Amino acid sequence: MKPRFYALPALSARFIAVWQRHFLVWRKLAIPSILGNLADPLIMLFGLGYGLGSVLGNMGGTSYFAYLAGGFLGSSTMMAASFEALFSAFSRMHVQRTWEAIVNAPMTLEDVLAGEWAWAATKALSAGLCMLAVVAVVGYASFPHSLAAIPVLALIGLAFGGLGLCINALATGYDFFSYYMTLVLTPMMLLSGVFFPIDPLPAAVRLVAEILPLYHGIELVRPMLAGGWPTQVLLHLAVLCAYAAGGFYLATVLTRRRLLT
Amino acid sequence: MKAALQVRGLRKSFGEREVVAGVELEIAAGECFGLLGPNGAGKTTTLKLCLGLAEPDAGEIRLLDHAVPAHAREAREKVGVVPQFDNLDPDFSVAENLLVYSRYFGLPGRDIAARMPQLLEFAGLTGRAGAKIQTLSGGMKRRLTLARALVNDPQLLFMDEPTTGLDPQARHLIWERLRSLTQQGRTILLTTHFMEEAERLCSRVAVMDHGRIIASGTPRELIARTIEPQVVEVHGQGLDAWAAEASRLALRCERVGETLFCYANDGEPVLAALRGRADLGYLHRPANLEDVFLRLTGRDLRD
Repeated sequence: MKPRFYALPALSARFIAVWQRHFLVWRKLAIPSILGNLADPLIMLFGLGYGLGSVLGNMGGTSYFAYLAGGFLGSSTMMAASFEALFSAFSRMHVQRTWEAIVNAPMTLEDVLAGEWAWAATKALSAGLCMLAVVAVVGYASFPHSLAAIPVLALIGLAFGGLGLCINALATGYDFFSYYMTLVLTPMMLLSGVFFPIDPLPAAVRLVAEILPLYHGIELVRPMLAGGWPTQVLLHLAVLCAYAAGGFYLATVLTRRRLLT
Repeated sequence: MKAALQVRGLRKSFGEREVVAGVELEIAAGECFGLLGPNGAGKTTTLKLCLGLAEPDAGEIRLLDHAVPAHAREAREKVGVVPQFDNLDPDFSVAENLLVYSRYFGLPGRDIAARMPQLLEFAGLTGRAGAKIQTLSGGMKRRLTLARALVNDPQLLFMDEPTTGLDPQARHLIWERLRSLTQQGRTILLTTHFMEEAERLCSRVAVMDHGRIIASGTPRELIARTIEPQVVEVHGQGLDAWAAEASRLALRCERVGETLFCYANDGEPVLAALRGRADLGYLHRPANLEDVFLRLTGRDLRD
């Protein structure tokens, strides 16, 4: 691989035009998209929350439903960012050749990637906000603390958007993404305290969990929903930021390698 | 005349394969230049390199007075591109495609709104502004792609096989549009493997093969330099027996399958020998760019 592939991405405000393009497409399908964002986590939350909750009873002073609400807030944000950076970005890159059209204009590959990244985070944030609204309506989000979760959702979006774009740069087809979903995202949900606390797990497993971005996202938002503040805020934020920045940098390197040769 | 595009010693390899192997090009402002070559000759890669979309291994490129790839973004501000494969945005209508594309040039919305009727007319899509891309024919899509390449009022247009896959009507319409663009003083660089297209549109052409420019000039110069002016194509039952006589009558004969190509300064002796023969059919025509092309690049299939 040539050294210039490793150069830091040269970002310019031009990426906004890419973001605007995606926004304009989304606006046409906004209602079904929002309904999808609401329906999927709702079914899981109510199904598991009330179903499992009635078996489990309380979890350290809170209901299982309240516990799960914090977890799903993080995981639905993660899934929305990933979906956008995987399937949707791949369509635009490979199937529709939208990226190719864009770079024929005075746009760089970095502009395109930054637009995709920002868009994935936007979609993630909107999915997270839908989830937050539902949780608030059923009375499991206390305000104003819960509002502090909003920027965290955006950060989760950037972290998984960056990681998703790395996978996108390596993808040979849509099937490729099922490996990432099955082998990375699903285990991550299980290990990050979405469904159950990881404290009782063996130390080695906990160690793995603590290097996963979703774990840190959930550690931040769950206490906020309950009306408190998380501990080790800086550590959690730092891990999420590192995944976001590192993921985007790696995505840039891998995409250059894929498309600029 | 000032050069719109200057290329010196351009090289690019993919792994072991050198796709562009020392290309030299100079395209004057205002001309329509055709880059001809069989599939895999390196035409598309040359265009990509000139646009700064791939890094050359060696060589110098100046595009509209900007060094490429270092200042490719500035150069592309003044360039329009019609890619080989349609990449219109299927999620958008005709007008939205133009609007969204103009944003990539940083153009304000009111500018493009003011020019929209003109662009639609150019594309022959007046009244179809709201139409979905999926409802357009192949020719309409090409014309819209061409109009999209004009949103920034470019000085130079890059067109990669602009009429591939179009029917004759659609192709002639595109040719008309390209002529009107050169009339407006724009420079055009097009790749094609339709020799007829190059002969009609281009003031100069270059033939590319195996990553190199192997000949260039005006279509007439190239024909005069490479091929005898008259061609008689002969076919039929008696061809095997007649071939020996043909080689005495023509300057040069070439057998391709069941056809004998007879090249001559004067076709009359060949024609005289053929007249009245029931076992041989023939076609007499002036030499064209296709003869030049096949002479220079050979008749082997390139897939």
